[in-house]
Amino acid sequence: MNAPHLDVRYVADLVRLRLTEEEIAEFQPQLDHVLSYIEQLNEVNTDGIEPTAHASAVYNVFRPDAARDYFTQEQAVANAPHSGSGLFLVPKVVVEG
Amino acid sequence: MMEIGGLTIAAARRMLKAGSLSPVTLLDEVNGAINRVDQEVGGYLSRDYQRARAAAEHADVHLPLGGIPVAIKDAINVEGEPCSCASKILEGYTAPYDATVISKLRTAGAIPFGRTNMDEFAMGSSTENSSIQITRNPHDPERIPGGSSGGSAAVVAAGEALAALGSDTGGSIRQPAALCGCVGLKPSYGRVSRYGLVAFASSLDQIGPLTRTVEDAALVLQAIAGHDPLDSTSLDVPVPDYSAELEAGVKGMKLGVPKEYFVEGMDPDVAERVREAIDVYRDLGAEIVDVSLPHTKYAVADYYIIATAEASANLARFDGVRYGHRTVGAKDLADHYGRTRGEGFGREVKRRIILGTYVLSSGYYDAYYLRAQKVRTLIRRDFEEAFKQVDGLLSPTSPVPAFKIGERMKDPLQMYLADIFTIAVNLAGICGISVPCGTVQAEESNLPVGLQIMAPAFEESRLLRIARAFEATRLL
Repeated sequence: MNAPHLDVRYVADLVRLRLTEEEIAEFQPQLDHVLSYIEQLNEVNTDGIEPTAHASAVYNVFRPDAARDYFTQEQAVANAPHSGSGLFLVPKVVVEG
Repeated sequence: MMEIGGLTIAAARRMLKAGSLSPVTLLDEVNGAINRVDQEVGGYLSRDYQRARAAAEHADVHLPLGGIPVAIKDAINVEGEPCSCASKILEGYTAPYDATVISKLRTAGAIPFGRTNMDEFAMGSSTENSSIQITRNPHDPERIPGGSSGGSAAVVAAGEALAALGSDTGGSIRQPAALCGCVGLKPSYGRVSRYGLVAFASSLDQIGPLTRTVEDAALVLQAIAGHDPLDSTSLDVPVPDYSAELEAGVKGMKLGVPKEYFVEGMDPDVAERVREAIDVYRDLGAEIVDVSLPHTKYAVADYYIIATAEASANLARFDGVRYGHRTVGAKDLADHYGRTRGEGFGREVKRRIILGTYVLSSGYYDAYYLRAQKVRTLIRRDFEEAFKQVDGLLSPTSPVPAFKIGERMKDPLQMYLADIFTIAVNLAGICGISVPCGTVQAEESNLPVGLQIMAPAFEESRLLRIARAFEATRLL
């Protein structure tokens, strides 16, 4: 494992979270503190222990692959900050070269 | 005039069925109580009186919750009403559908009435992380109500709701119930559908009731429990009659007291109240057994890896495209996402998204997330071993009574440790309840203390029975 270092600015960029300089300065020591607390899990011997992803033993729940009534297109876009012609509008993604 | 402050669902039902109280009068009493006290408490974010009034006029009082208004945590979708998770990023969002718990409440005759305040996206233990308003503890307005379902707990405790729904990912129903002096039940993972609950940590979240009595908690759970094809984690297990065994008592039961739940640094008066409650169980004929849950000390660290990892994935959907806040004047799509999310999320949510992303990132996944999942197995096994010896477990709900507004906001880790006794229940997927067990004196205030009772998964009947046995000795 790499030496633990959480670079707040770098990770925030990865998750598309624009932080102010003030937030970065505040979060860095706070998260370093939380991470050093979390390090105590390294004391635990987990050799041969199966991971638990969730608490109930249910996997692969299927339903019939059938059409059902749900939102209309109009309802689906009703909360969109920008929409038009029943579609979500976003800033231009592909820039012409 | 009727005093709504002490009214339980059970008592209101009797009056409604006898015709001595009408659903409209009951709603008006609740609405009047809100008008009187909520300016001080700040538990409600909004309410739609006209709509509730229309429902009250047509309420069928012979249904299980016919005509009973229920306050709803702002993380649960109620069709046609805002649902903001107390976040700026969901400003302007109107729920397009009813969560399953809401449609089930309506089927049972209840009337959803009022959205309650919470920590933003249920991340917090004091409701101070709400981006909308402060909620004050009804027992001392200088103190927090707990969280994240602090609004739900405060409105029940302040007598401005008969009952409320909350959600509990690491204690967010039980801890505020303890700090406000009401009953808070976290059902077993898979017992109640989360369809329509805004997801925080999907392997931990459960919806449950906050009420004035254990009997009322049983009545609300009855209405909302059960399998739902729209939530694949809800189990297809029969729903028993939760009221049937309420009065059966604890004589002959074995109840365990985990030694790891009485730790250094906890408030000695809180520990004393819980010890007294344990003595009550002994007097009631239960056998009290010392047990050990050896991995308890790792629960908080384990939780803050698993819950933040899941949250970082769940909150990726808030992108300013389909709903909620959207930044103005972004120069490209990456700028749009970064600014939308930077402007829309509050500080604690940002911290947790960053931490969760980090523990899932390449090179750290095994060291943090996978290890945390393994430790989770060990925590779950602790409970499995304990429940081979005992029928239920008794502990404090919170190591301290309600703390002062602002006291823990500078240090996130201090806030996280407020959930030290409630988190393991979520990690193990079992059920837990907090019931009031007295008060402690802090400066000029008498602050409530909560007794936590834990039982195996899908043993809510037993959990409620154990809780009721204690409550019956307090309420005469």
